[in-house]
Order: sequence, then C-alpha cells, then structure tokens
Amino acid sequence: MNLFVIGLNHKTASVDIRERLAFSGAKLEEGLLALRQVRGLTEVALLSTCNRVEIYASAENIPEAVDAVTDFLAQFHSIGRTEFEKFLYMRKMSEAVRHVFRVASSLDSMIIGEPQILGQLKDAFEFALAKKTTGVVLNRLMKKAISTAKRVRTETRIAENAVSISFAAVELAKKIFTVLSGKSFMLLGAGEMAELAARHLLNNGVTDVRVANRTFDRACELANEFCGCAIRFEDFISSLVATDILICSTGAPSYVLFREQMLQIMKQRKHRPVFIIDISVPRNIDPEINKIDNVYLYNVDDLQEVVDTNILERKKEAARAETIIDEEVEKFSHWASTLDSVPVIVALRQKADDIKKEEIEKFRNRCPDLDQDKMEAVESLANAITNKLMHNPTIALRESAEDREMMTIVIKKLYGIDGDDDE
Amino acid sequence: MGTILFELALTGYFAAAMIGIIELFRGGRESSRLMIVISAAGFILHTASILYRFFAGGHLPVASMHEAASFFAWCVVLIYFFLELRYKIGIMGSFILPLVLMLMLTSALLPRAIVPLSPVLRSHWLWIHTIFAFTSNAAFAVAFGVGTMYLMQEYYLKSKHVSGLFKRLPSLQVLDEINNKLINIGFPFLTMAIITGSLWAESAWGRFWSWDPKEVWSLITWFIYAVVLHLRLTSGWRKKRAAILSVIGFIAVMFTFIGVNFLFKSAHTFQ
Repeated sequence: MNLFVIGLNHKTASVDIRERLAFSGAKLEEGLLALRQVRGLTEVALLSTCNRVEIYASAENIPEAVDAVTDFLAQFHSIGRTEFEKFLYMRKMSEAVRHVFRVASSLDSMIIGEPQILGQLKDAFEFALAKKTTGVVLNRLMKKAISTAKRVRTETRIAENAVSISFAAVELAKKIFTVLSGKSFMLLGAGEMAELAARHLLNNGVTDVRVANRTFDRACELANEFCGCAIRFEDFISSLVATDILICSTGAPSYVLFREQMLQIMKQRKHRPVFIIDISVPRNIDPEINKIDNVYLYNVDDLQEVVDTNILERKKEAARAETIIDEEVEKFSHWASTLDSVPVIVALRQKADDIKKEEIEKFRNRCPDLDQDKMEAVESLANAITNKLMHNPTIALRESAEDREMMTIVIKKLYGIDGDDDE
Repeated sequence: MGTILFELALTGYFAAAMIGIIELFRGGRESSRLMIVISAAGFILHTASILYRFFAGGHLPVASMHEAASFFAWCVVLIYFFLELRYKIGIMGSFILPLVLMLMLTSALLPRAIVPLSPVLRSHWLWIHTIFAFTSNAAFAVAFGVGTMYLMQEYYLKSKHVSGLFKRLPSLQVLDEINNKLINIGFPFLTMAIITGSLWAESAWGRFWSWDPKEVWSLITWFIYAVVLHLRLTSGWRKKRAAILSVIGFIAVMFTFIGVNFLFKSAHTFQ
C-alpha cells in the first residue's frame, strides 16, 4: 500500500491560510484534474471544506509525490511554498488510513461527533470516482471510511449529546416532557439564537406556537414564519397559563416576569411543568422562579454549561471510538498487504501456466496420433499437477502478513520470476 | 430442593442488584441489559422455589415471615418486569433490584421451615386477602423506587447538573406517569386488602375490626396514599410532592409489613 494524505486543517492552519488553499466551486474539478497529471500519483482524491483541505493519493514513491503535490498546491493557488508548507501534515501507509477513518468518524472535527464531515468526505470521493481519478485502493478506503464512521456512530455515544445551545434546549425539554409533540410554545422577543431554538422545537413536534414582541408587526412576521399566532406583549403573562415551553429573548433592561406572577400562573396551570429558557442578556426572568415547583428555568450560561459538559462527554466517547478505528485500520492494512502480493501470485500462476502449456504442446508433437479423449486426459492431468503445486504457495503469499516481503523475494528467486512482473 | 432454588434466586438477584448499583455510577446500555437478563433468571428460579413450597405446604406460601418476604420480593420483581417491558427504562432496575435484594436477604435470615397453617387461617380468604395485600405492597414498593428516580431527576434539572445519571434517567413526565399508575393500582388493592381482611376477621374471630397494630398501620398507609390520589385528582397535585409522598408512603408500608411484627403483638404476627 502506497497511500498517503497531505493537507491542513483548523488545528494546523488559521483561516487566512485555509481560504487561500481551498478548492471552492469550480476550482475543485479543475484542481482534481490537474492533480491527476501530477507525476507519480496513481490514484488521487481531493477534499476541501471550510475546516480542511486534504489530498488523498497513492503513489510509488511517496516522498517524491508529496513534493510534487506541494509544488502543485503552490502553483495552483499562486502561493509561495514557504508560506504554507509549515502548516501541512503528511501521513502515509496505515497512518494515512487512520487519518481518513478519524476524519470520517468526526474525531478530527472542530466539534467532535458532528456528522457533516462524513457527507463532505463521501462527496469528495464520489466526485473523484466520477472523474475517474481513483482506483482500487482509494475506492476501498472510502467504503471502509464510511462503514467505520457508521460503526463509531452506533457503538459509541459520540453524537448523542447536544453541543449547541439550541439543541441543548430541546434535549432538556425532552427530559421534562418526554415528547414535545402537542406541547405549546411561546417565543417572547426575537433574536438569532432564540429563533434557532424555536425552529428546533418545531422540528421536534411542538404544535401550539405563540409569538409576542414589543412591536406587534415583528411578532406577526415571526408568527407567520413559525405557523403560530402573534399576541400582544402585554398579554404574554396571561398566555403563560397555556404555555409549556417559553423562550425569552427580549432587549428589556430588567425582569419582565417575576416570582409572584409565576406563582399565580402555576396555580392556574394546576402545576403542570413549565420549561423556561431565558437567553436574554441582561436576564429578563427573575431567577427566583427556578425555585418554584415544576418550573425549570435555564439562562444562557446554564445552557452553555450543558453544552460544555456534553462536549466533555463526547471527548470521553472519542477515546472509545479510537479503539474501533484501531481495529478497522488493522483490517484495512491487512487487506492492502494482500494486494501487494497479488502481482507475484499472478506472475507465479502465469509462469506455471506457461510451463504447462509448453509441455502439453511438446507432448502433442511427440505423440501426434493420440486420440482426442486421451489428449484431454493428459491435459487434465497437467492441470491437476500445476494447480496442486501452485495451491500452497498462493495461500502462503495471501495469508502470511509479517514475512510476506521475504516470501515474495524467495518465490521470485525460486521460480525465476522477473522483478518487472510485479509491477 | 426448595432451599437450593431459593439460594440460587437470591444469588441471581444479588448479582443483578450489584450490577444495578455499579450502573448508577458508571455503566452503559450493555450492563443494564445484563442486569435484566440475570434478574430474569433469578425470577424464574424464584418462581420455582415458591411453587415448590406451595406444593410442599399445600397452601400459598405466606405463612411465615420467610415466605412472606420472599413472596413480597417476587411480586415486586413481577411488577418491575411489566414496567420494563412497557417502558424499557434500563436504569430502573438499579432502583428496584436493591430493594428486592433487601427483601430476599430479610427472607434468607429467617427460619425457613415449612410451617403448617393454623386452623384459623385455613380459608379461601387467605388467597384473596394476601394477594390483594401483596400486590398493593409491591406496587407501592416500585412506586417508591420510581419516586426516588423522579426526585433525583428533578434535582438534576433544578440544579442544572446534567451529566452522568441525568442522561440515563427518563423524563420527569414518564416517571410521574409510572408513579401515578402504580398508586392507581396499589391504592384500590390496599383498599380491597383491608375490606377482605375485615370480612375474614369477621368470619374467623367474629369482629370486623379489632384495632390490631397491623390493621392500624394499614389504615395509616391507606390514608397517605388516599391523600396523594385525592390531591392529584382535585388540584393537579404537584408532581414532586406526589413523588415525596410515594416515598413516605412506602416507609409506612414497610413498617406495616416488618416493623409491626417485631414491635407489637398482633394477630398478623407470623409463627
């Protein structure tokens, strides 16, 4: 296996370098086709996302190929080698396989466990496949990267905990209400984060949506967007009686909801639980409200803390993912090494076949009046002998992992197979 | 034979309860599956041991404290499995199985001889009365476990402590729903146990009610759960308080079941 990866990512290079080396839009095809022309590369694929630019390739002579690819990057992007070379990382052979598997499983991502990268990697490989720049090794690498990523996803909890504030809100709501379908929701105020959280709640089945805003027009606008109804800001407190989840994000300089009011509301609600998310800064909801039974109040810092805890938990799961990746790298390396012995096996079989044919021909010349049946019997005898003789060496070449290289040399010498044949 | 089955069941419950306790502190899905499988094996052996005593003694094996505690545990496990099948909350075992183990250990420490039933107890009422009593006790025992889960989860949500056990405990709504169901079963069964008990008392001793300590404590238990139900139905009882009361109610249950036998002289005292 002569696989290698060369590239840079968010950990090694800042965005101003990454953007200069990115292959965006039409440049991707142009870049990939140009890469195919780079001397020494037998297979190549190109991944370019906002967080990473990576080239996966296979080559006879890796150091030379790496050098050529670096030159290519400099030329293609008109950037001096010295400017970006120090940010590049290079992995070869099984380390390259490990790198690809880790990238696919999202262990190398900015936010561990986020699934987008797998799709991006799939697209990159499929694009290369369509442009016919890949071969046996990279195609299999892609297949195995996808299956490894799936294993990681199902066997660890790497993607289970919310790592964004808006998803954390949904996750917490589910710990209170189990399912959100049929739950009523109110958005008080507006704001990017609040609207995102609202959208996630909607996607999770929240049905009854109300929007209140200081400016009624804005409320109508948002209500339209969320298929809900707009209510006047003054009415929001009375509407809380029928609200299970409240997201509050107004620009008010002080509290808009106090403990006493909430106590009244809870009485009218017959103490059905309420989940309140206060993402406004300064806070809009009296923190004392959290002390009321069946009211769960989270502010923006609380949610951030949830997210931080979850990220920590994902990191723990990542350690378990690494062992899965170890196994898969091992399997892939084994497969790749059997690939190395294929040319010798083919050559060996070819040699045996040649000898057999030659000898049968000689025999035919010596006994020309032998009838068809007898001749066929002789041929099948010859076939049986060559097959039996070739069987063990073939198996040995395929299966021995450690001493394959030595075995290959020995076989070549013993059977007089030319060095060129294994190309 | 009965003893061996009992010991094996005890061992199974012990292992399952230990896994359950470890599971509280670390654990993943794999260990909760193991816990369920082992406790199921324990339950099968336990059932066999109860059947053995039933055929050997010729009556429902609730005549001695050993038998009663064992039968109590059996009912708890039965309800636990029903809930696990319905709700699939792996972590629930961590709260129920230690309780089962405690009942089984109580049972194991007491004399195991099969005692003949005293003439006054030889009646069809034995079946009716004890089945109502044990089912209600077992439902309250599981409600205690589920109530504890509710209180923990509620604490985690309020204090914003969202790692570890928080992730594995189900939602408040589910826990409240289960708790509610259990009390809805337990309460009418307890009511029936008290009614059938007094009818039996009338036929055996000529009096419906004799202020026997067991009777008094059953009544106290009955009032605690009656309060929970009443408030749930009328004013939308705060779920947290319902959970607290289901924990307190179970303490009364246990006192009625065990405490009364040791502290008072009662017609319900086992031989």
